[in-house]
Amino acid sequence: MRLGDRLALAEIDCEIGAGAFVGLLGPNGSGKSTLLRAVLGLLPFAAGRVEVFGRPPGQARDLFSYLPQRQHLGLDLPIRAADAVMMGRLRHAGWLRSPSREDRELVAWALEQVGLADRRNAPLRELSFGQQQRLLFARALVQQGELILLDEPMTGVDSQTQDLFVELLSGLHAAGRTIVMATHDLNMAACVCDSLLILNQSLVAYGPVSETFTPAVLQQAYGAHLHFVEALPSAGHAQVLEDVHHHETETGEAPTGAGLA
Amino acid sequence: MLDWLSDPLEFRFMRLALVEVLIMGSVAGFLGTYVVVRGLAFVGEAIAHAVFPGVVIAFLLKSNALLGGAAFGLLTALAISSLSLTRRLREDTAIGVVFAGALALGVVLISTSPGYTRNLTSFLFGDVLAVTPTDIYLSLLVGGGALLIALALRRALMLAAFDREMALALGLPVFWLDTLLLVLITLTIVISLQAVGNVLVLAMFVTPAATARLLVDDIGRMMALSALLGATAGVAGLYISWYSDLAAGGTIVLTATSFFLVALLFAPSGGLLPRLIRDRRLPA
Repeated sequence: MRLGDRLALAEIDCEIGAGAFVGLLGPNGSGKSTLLRAVLGLLPFAAGRVEVFGRPPGQARDLFSYLPQRQHLGLDLPIRAADAVMMGRLRHAGWLRSPSREDRELVAWALEQVGLADRRNAPLRELSFGQQQRLLFARALVQQGELILLDEPMTGVDSQTQDLFVELLSGLHAAGRTIVMATHDLNMAACVCDSLLILNQSLVAYGPVSETFTPAVLQQAYGAHLHFVEALPSAGHAQVLEDVHHHETETGEAPTGAGLA
Repeated sequence: MLDWLSDPLEFRFMRLALVEVLIMGSVAGFLGTYVVVRGLAFVGEAIAHAVFPGVVIAFLLKSNALLGGAAFGLLTALAISSLSLTRRLREDTAIGVVFAGALALGVVLISTSPGYTRNLTSFLFGDVLAVTPTDIYLSLLVGGGALLIALALRRALMLAAFDREMALALGLPVFWLDTLLLVLITLTIVISLQAVGNVLVLAMFVTPAATARLLVDDIGRMMALSALLGATAGVAGLYISWYSDLAAGGTIVLTATSFFLVALLFAPSGGLLPRLIRDRRLPA
């Protein structure tokens, strides 16, 4: 797969089973976003193809929910929180029609799920970073996709928002949705995902956490700057490791299901 | 007071001019919201100037000025939205080349006609008192159509502005939406030329919308307020120019500018004065 003249991703051959919760890992520039955008049908291919539930991405537009990275978003636009979330319903509502009562109820529900019910009329620019991220999460929720693609949803948010996202995602996972989440937080991914897809321009490893969350695999993807720590008995994994670039306390507690309305 | 308002209306050309600025002010104000939130001011300027040689050619051929302007403007709109697909030249560079060239072409063309200076002035700065009923019908048709289309597509247009990737992923024809928006802006620029002329026309898009942006934080309200401010500036400017014997196009634009300055100073949340007062109150 090429981006401009640069080969962004090569030789990714994998199949993500329905209902899987995949953590998409890899250093910056490893192709995580590129892979997500390819699945969304936003990128031309030099070779190869993507199928989403057996269809080409262009015919699977109703099947996904998407939480993009924020740097390309017009967060300074005069848009209210609820209207931004409603944009996730554009395809369902039809782009000429006004949103139905069902659409509005769904938006209200999603805002409540992410704890923004009281901020529904706030303009985007009055929301904090974390609140904006919750808003994008709510927008992904109202898309009601079978395949949920998240591009670093937790980057830069406080631990409370992070816990909320983990809880909501676990609920969606339990409800049978397929989730692919790009993240830099290795520990979190190992705790909440059931499998990991590790990239570094090409596929490094893909498989269950127990097989892929290993020093050998991670060092192959990230180089030598990872610092490995002995496993805690309660963590449930072969080892807990710490990226020297960020030190976050990971409780490792099992997330509780959030359920879908 | 009522006499003051009704006296000018005894003249047919004033009645026509009034209707014209009402249509122009509200449609340009409405579409100006997109120009401001999408950051298209420079693109709009380019289109306004690109329209110029078309208008001049139509004038020299004694054909309809709107037709000539629209043809050139649409070509430019298409060229700009296609240029934005290539990444070699920065968009503003390409636009800068196009619009200065177009303006020069218009000036050269018009210098071939007799009565050169007078014609040039009316093209560049407008001549709203010369509006004909045909102009009004055309403005109503084109402006009304542009307004309805932009209104109907507002959800899609705003999603494309807010999150282009998501719009593409949802299957919106983003390139065509962008092009359509430029076409609507072009057509509205063309119908606005008669009132405020080539040089000032962009002000009728940018200034009311920028004023509204300072006052409200919701796109729907911004559109309504911007249209209202545009129409008000048009009517008020026309009256002021009538009684003070000033150039109509310039006065209309200055009226809109004065609205902007008032908003800039006094806007409740972002205004300079409220901010100054707030800062004073803060302990040093």
